Amino acid sequence: MTSLPTLPAHALTARLLAGDVSATEVAEAALERTRALDPELGSFNTLMADAALAKAKDIDARIAAGKPVGPLAGVPLAIKDNMCTRGVPTTCSSKILEDFVPPYNATVVELLDRADAVPIGKTNLDEFAMGSSTENSGFRPTRNPWDLSRAPGGSSGGSAAAVASAEAVIATGSDTGGSIRQPAAFCGVVGLKPTYGRVSRYGLVAFASSLDQIGTFTRDVRDAAIALGVIAGHDPRDSTSANVPVPDYVASLDDGVKGVRIGVPREYFAEGIEPSVEAAVRAAADVYRSLGAELVNISLPHTEYAVAIYYIVATAEASSNLARYDGVHYGHRTKDDVDIVELYSRSRAEGFGPEVKRRIMLGTFALSSGFYDAYYLKALKARAMIKKDFDEAWKKVDCVLCPTSPTVAFKFGERTEDPLSMYLSDIYTISCNLAGLPGISVNCGKGEGGMPVGLQLMAKPFDEALLLRIAHAFQSATTHHLGQPSVLSA
Amino acid sequence: MSQIDLATVQHVATLSRLALSEEELKLFQTQLSNILEYIDKLKALDTRNVEPLSHPLGLRNVFREDEVKPSAPRDEALSNAPAKTDEAYKVPVVVDQS
Repeated sequence: MTSLPTLPAHALTARLLAGDVSATEVAEAALERTRALDPELGSFNTLMADAALAKAKDIDARIAAGKPVGPLAGVPLAIKDNMCTRGVPTTCSSKILEDFVPPYNATVVELLDRADAVPIGKTNLDEFAMGSSTENSGFRPTRNPWDLSRAPGGSSGGSAAAVASAEAVIATGSDTGGSIRQPAAFCGVVGLKPTYGRVSRYGLVAFASSLDQIGTFTRDVRDAAIALGVIAGHDPRDSTSANVPVPDYVASLDDGVKGVRIGVPREYFAEGIEPSVEAAVRAAADVYRSLGAELVNISLPHTEYAVAIYYIVATAEASSNLARYDGVHYGHRTKDDVDIVELYSRSRAEGFGPEVKRRIMLGTFALSSGFYDAYYLKALKARAMIKKDFDEAWKKVDCVLCPTSPTVAFKFGERTEDPLSMYLSDIYTISCNLAGLPGISVNCGKGEGGMPVGLQLMAKPFDEALLLRIAHAFQSATTHHLGQPSVLSA
Repeated sequence: MSQIDLATVQHVATLSRLALSEEELKLFQTQLSNILEYIDKLKALDTRNVEPLSHPLGLRNVFREDEVKPSAPRDEALSNAPAKTDEAYKVPVVVDQS
């Protein structure tokens, strides 16, 4: 198999513009790899081969004619299957949307198309992005390219696996409680969750609207900076997207970390962390110290409440957002001849999988009369305390360093029987969403079973330039991100 | 002890418009009880003087000009409907005509 798609996007576009390769060759290589690997990996729900080759041909024609091309020209792109693509099925890996074909594109899909990325296909996820392993997909699980007996993480497991196995070079993801960063950690790639509101959510199928944010999977931090520059910005079609200028994220990448204050929160190295994960993350902290950063011990005292808060807030918002699946406007409709209320109830019961039902139930309960104050309102107040923890931390440090997940990728089936054990695997990623912060996961070595370990960095809202610069400094000083899973040598 | 009884689970299923089987109701009673037991750790938190936070960045109302703009053509808007006429969604009879 050709190794072209194993290059980062910035290297690929450089070779394309130098005339070493054509966009068509790159697209064909990515499609060939995907067809060879995906029967086993299960990264994709839908391939977009025709669209990919047409786009590549158009790029090649423009390059031949000396016309301008976009910053991601010819880069094979995977799109999480909860982002609308005009004329291409958008299923959320749910039976209820199995036949849904959107009549419009999500804003990120438009922006990436304008940047001349080449769409390879739509990637698998936990149904409606609800899960941490992609085992909740209504179609099939995705496998971890580093060890096929393990989960790739979730919910954006298909996107993470696609980039890790070089089926695609960049991929989009959505992150509500860690759904970009945790699978990026499990699959050894870079996962960037921008500040809440930094990227338009128009055309992203809503899960929990005060937490959802679109971001990227890439092979290195430079690619993450380039991709964020493409997708960030205000969108009049998403009233929650922020009207904040978009800086040049690449320009400051190489400015280093001398004098940067990096906070190490003690609550993120507590009970339940795997020793191999702690060792790799502490070693990463030492790298930063050697590069001239100042490591500061800090406390985020309400961390232990984050999971409880999240599973009230996220499920409450989901129960409201998912009310739209009614068997009338689009999606699955029961075949039974029943009245309108029963039509709703049966269509939904037939179409949603168990985890989605569980979360709708939990969220409806938390919002229901008699329980609202004790659960939903209580969670919103506790959420304010999580945010305040970070506001205090920013007085002392510029960024926070911690593990992305307490463990490396777990085995299939290990946590599916007990929903709470699956929820607790998000313990280090959730606070970032509750506080609306930008966060990134980069590979910082190997842990138990030779599996990748994720280093997580978080920064102040809209400080992605600093976040990327700090993450890039680590990759410039180390080689962990260059490791490739064994499926690539097959 | 279960945090919620079966009748509450059934009530929540009705509110959720989910036609669940007996087995599902029982399973959710057990699972939701376990989750709620974990969530009850929030009770230990003193939130008396804390304002609830519903939006991480404190966004206020977002206004725009009230301008007429084109929207999706009707055939596209109806293109995914499981049952439709040329111009509308089809639903079971909702008004008693007797």
